[in-house]
Amino acid sequence: MTVEGILQILLVLILMFLFGIPLGRYIYTIFSLQHSRMDRLFMPVERFLYRLIGVDSSVSMDWKAYLRALMLVNFVMLLFAYLIFRLQGRLPLNPDKIPGMSPALAFNTAASFITNTNWQNYAGETSMSYLGQMLGITFLQFTSAATGLVAAIAFVRAIVRSKTDNLGNFWVDIIRAHTRLLLPMSFLLACVLVALGVPETLQGAAIVHTLSGDVQVIARGPVASLEAIKQLGTNGGGFFNANSAHPFEDPTALTCVLEILAMGVTATGLIWTLGLFLKNRKQAIVLYVFLTAILMLGTFIIYGNEAAGNPLVHQAFGIHGPNMEGKEVRFGIPLTSLFTAATTAYTTGAVNAMHDSLMPISGLVPLLFMMFNVIFGGKGVGLLNILMFLIITVFLSGLMVGRTPEIFGKKIEAREVKLATVAMLVHPFVILVPTAIAIATQVGRASILNPGLHGFTEVLYAFTSAAANNGSAFAGLNGNTEFYNLVLGVVMLLGRYISILAMFAIAGSMILKPIIPASEGTLRTDTFSFGGVFVAVFVIVGALTFFPFLAIGPIGEQLQMMHTVSHIVH
Amino acid sequence: MSVTKGTLSAEILKSSFLESFKKFHPKILFRNPVMFVVEIGMLITFWLTIDPWAFSSKVSLGHVASARGYNLAVTIILFFTILFGNFAEAIAEGRGKAQAETLRKTKTELIARLQQPDGTFAQVPASSLKKGDIVKVVANEIIPADGEVLEGIGSVDESAITGESAPVIRGAGGDFSSVTGGTKLLSDEFLIRITVNPGESFLDKMIGLVEGATRQKTPNELALSVLLAGLTLIFLIVIVCLPPVADYLGKSLNIATLIALLVCLIPTTIGALLSAIGIAGMDRVIRFNVIAKSGKAVEAAGDVNTLILDKTGTITIGNRLASEFIPVGGHEEKELAEQAVLSSLFDETPEGRSVVELGQTMDIQLRREDYVDAENVEFSADTRMSGLNLKNGFIIRKGAVDAIKRYVQEQGGEIPEDLDHYTELIAKDGGTPLAVMVNKEIYGLIYLKDIVKPGMRERFAELRKMGIKTVMCTGDNPLTAATIAKEAGVDDFIAEAKPEDKMQLIQREQEQGKLVAMSGDGTNDAPALAQADVGLAMNTGTAAAKEAGNMVDLDSDPTKLIEVVSIGKQLLITRGALTTFSIANDVAKYFAIIPAMFVTMIPSLQVLNIMHLSSPRSAILSALIFNALVIPALIPIAMRGVKYRPMSATQMLIRNLLIFGVGGVIVPFAGIKLIDVILTATGWFS
Repeated sequence: MTVEGILQILLVLILMFLFGIPLGRYIYTIFSLQHSRMDRLFMPVERFLYRLIGVDSSVSMDWKAYLRALMLVNFVMLLFAYLIFRLQGRLPLNPDKIPGMSPALAFNTAASFITNTNWQNYAGETSMSYLGQMLGITFLQFTSAATGLVAAIAFVRAIVRSKTDNLGNFWVDIIRAHTRLLLPMSFLLACVLVALGVPETLQGAAIVHTLSGDVQVIARGPVASLEAIKQLGTNGGGFFNANSAHPFEDPTALTCVLEILAMGVTATGLIWTLGLFLKNRKQAIVLYVFLTAILMLGTFIIYGNEAAGNPLVHQAFGIHGPNMEGKEVRFGIPLTSLFTAATTAYTTGAVNAMHDSLMPISGLVPLLFMMFNVIFGGKGVGLLNILMFLIITVFLSGLMVGRTPEIFGKKIEAREVKLATVAMLVHPFVILVPTAIAIATQVGRASILNPGLHGFTEVLYAFTSAAANNGSAFAGLNGNTEFYNLVLGVVMLLGRYISILAMFAIAGSMILKPIIPASEGTLRTDTFSFGGVFVAVFVIVGALTFFPFLAIGPIGEQLQMMHTVSHIVH
Repeated sequence: MSVTKGTLSAEILKSSFLESFKKFHPKILFRNPVMFVVEIGMLITFWLTIDPWAFSSKVSLGHVASARGYNLAVTIILFFTILFGNFAEAIAEGRGKAQAETLRKTKTELIARLQQPDGTFAQVPASSLKKGDIVKVVANEIIPADGEVLEGIGSVDESAITGESAPVIRGAGGDFSSVTGGTKLLSDEFLIRITVNPGESFLDKMIGLVEGATRQKTPNELALSVLLAGLTLIFLIVIVCLPPVADYLGKSLNIATLIALLVCLIPTTIGALLSAIGIAGMDRVIRFNVIAKSGKAVEAAGDVNTLILDKTGTITIGNRLASEFIPVGGHEEKELAEQAVLSSLFDETPEGRSVVELGQTMDIQLRREDYVDAENVEFSADTRMSGLNLKNGFIIRKGAVDAIKRYVQEQGGEIPEDLDHYTELIAKDGGTPLAVMVNKEIYGLIYLKDIVKPGMRERFAELRKMGIKTVMCTGDNPLTAATIAKEAGVDDFIAEAKPEDKMQLIQREQEQGKLVAMSGDGTNDAPALAQADVGLAMNTGTAAAKEAGNMVDLDSDPTKLIEVVSIGKQLLITRGALTTFSIANDVAKYFAIIPAMFVTMIPSLQVLNIMHLSSPRSAILSALIFNALVIPALIPIAMRGVKYRPMSATQMLIRNLLIFGVGGVIVPFAGIKLIDVILTATGWFS
């Protein structure tokens, strides 16, 4: 590790807050439905859209109505995307004559993008037409991000409102999320990316004759527009198979910094939005301190281990220096480390290095972050997970101070605990059970490219990434088989919607409860001691559940490596 | 209550021991999912002890004996894990049963005199009495069932219920008309209307409650059970998913070891102690001579935000005492004192006696014998004065200032100019002025002072620390009320309170989402008692009040509300603390079991064996033994409850986290290592 490297990481994190906090305030004005100067710009568009889809924007929705609308829209979009991927061969905007996807792959891809996971069992440049990239992928990258966002907003409303059942209007929220947040931001970022060298074209692949006389096909397309929402919407599904390691997606160190910022800025902002809704900024600050500390800890574990390099390579070949396998020289180790930690913390899933080639213990970091699924987390759903763990934490610590637990003045009773437990349970369930099935069956084992512990880690990583709706791949696993396409698709859907359903049900009962004014006897959630308990709870619950598997996976691999090293020495 | 308040008797221990075997029945254990999982695990390892090949053919012949021994060891430890859990519950129940037994003894078969339609009385068994029946009870008879006195007044020995040996007065009309079945009428004769049906009497309810027979899970207990079941399910999934992974790596995992890991991970500690904590919590309330009608009420007490207390008898000692004589209209103090004492000479009320006592300090010694021919005029709500009519025609009265003033004016007397000034002064000071009059001439005022009970101020400060607001209710005027409120240190007060005011206050607070507790005894308190989240009715109170409240204080001490709040909090804290301890324990157990389990697969995982446990088997058994032993070790805490001292929530969180969270991580490391050393020394598992 070098001082410059550490400063790089810190600088990006500081920028994250400089952008994130004002954005959080802006998100608050969008969803608190306050009048703002922006209304004159956006209102006409929004009114037109309301009329177009025939909704009454003044209708208030209870949790069931809101959830129904959300699920319906998601289902229709899932179906739409599935059809596009199946039929893309016969649809326009297909200069490279790419055929339609197989049913299993089309299902996997549609499920992947509707859930904001962006797990890709296809290589974009060879399996996806421009229409598919734009109308399937880019479209869902917007809507899935907006869906997560409005789900979180609806839940926050349930916390701060009382004696009503009005969670807001789904249509208004989802349209505002697009018109006022995602579209303007993506447009801005896409323009900047184009300026920095990212292509944006509808022409087919370029055919180039190289100096040595070879013919090279260089894939290109509407990259910048996809890239912007890919990062901003914490989607992560790249235009190219190599994702942000590809020079057309992420050409320079500067674009790399921008992409890291784009991944985290909304999640960072949303916590501030929560603070504003609660009229308690300290709550946001406490969460910031602990979540950022964990993010930094993860980043520096990766950075330290990668910078130190692979001891086996040192021993066997006398080659010293950092572990550069699978990394891009233009980013360097510090930015790669931060990108790796950030992409799993913010559950984006974009990669600018091959996680498979990380040192085992560095590979543990992204894996753990996805298992926790609360280090800031993805668009909206990250906040939902944070709130879910806050409920569990408040319940446990509330008992310890001798009162029926309250979160933000609302009592937590058996119903809320039951639903939060379901939301908490579903995550390990959809990771471990499919992993065990994959590893136990021939179809599952056939896709594993590496033997031993590393091969197991690849499978575990795939299902963890799918369940956390992250989408980053460890690589080294052939996911494009019927088995993985279907199982991963189902895991992504369950990982996303069960917890959303459970959280909405909690919102439904929370909103009806009166807000109990805080007193000396109230357990404050905006203190650092409570923040510590919060971290302890999700780390212990997260780590305890997965520890045996991590011991066989990355931890075991790291220890094996160290063992081998000491053997060579002696 | 005439119940053994001692600790555990040998008898309870013995019966609990037997009871804990009965609780192995799957039907009973099923209600506790955590322990049920342990039982299934035990059955599987038991099967494996008999037939080590049951689940795999890989056990080679040479290892059969050692595999059997190991499986048997796991089975035995699991058996004890369940046994300890059952024992904890049985002890808690046993204490309740012992109390119920004592109560039941008072419920011997009685004969009642039931009034027939023609007005005569017929002898019937008490157990056949129904609601609405009218019975006659004479002196030295046991009152056959709960009811309300219609006619008569007499003294009743209620020691069977309250443990208080001094008899109390019960009589028709007013707030003291309710009598309890099982108590004994000492004098006179009662005509009683029965207010309960057979099996629903107060005594029956009490027996049911202390026995735990009617115990339902409280809301928080329910929520915690759900969470514990969820955690159990998570770990079950973890364990089920491990064998395929091991198989992929070309190894197989020992079934008994997997079960051992499962049992170590699932929250057995809190699972085993959860119901014992609940029962013990109820038991603690009962030891305070308070009967809670449900565990929910006790839990709600822990959540209370606002406490409504009557001034008289709760905050102040019931009676106001004379503290000063203030002469008006040019009269001498001594002169006033003499008349005041005279007016109170036959006054048996505490106020009256305090006037005489104050007089004695000023050397005024009047004897009743000298005034036997005087006519004593008792206090009545109409006249609001009392006094003496002397034989010489002198009329001496003391009473409420406005009543005396009106009386004097009616008689054509003069009101001294400085009277109002002093009256106001006393009121402002929080006292009650009584005017003293002799033949339409006002001599002066008696300053009656409310005495705040010692220690109340400190207790209100404690309550404030817990975040509980105290509101004092009094019939006094606002001025007086404010002074007492200040002296006692309550947060708020309602002066000139009518019963409706209390009700309104409760509703207002509840609308803000607060939980309200109050105590009361009168029939007019009943609606408020029912409305409050915690209504503590006094045992001396009316049947209506007792019916409306969700707790009854047998000692009729309204300040008990404060203790009940503490017990409610303690109940929750105990649960939370032991849950935290239970989950924190898992960390150390992982470090014991994981290296042991995977060591054949990945030898380098031995690095994680930071406790340096001697062998894989000894490591697993040590963790499992620790897991079992921790249950009986914590039974005392579950019974007694975690120590509770009023402090702010955040302080308390930090304190309990340090003890039960951090302690829960550290203790098992030491414990498991110690057991491992012992196991290794015996040489059973090397």
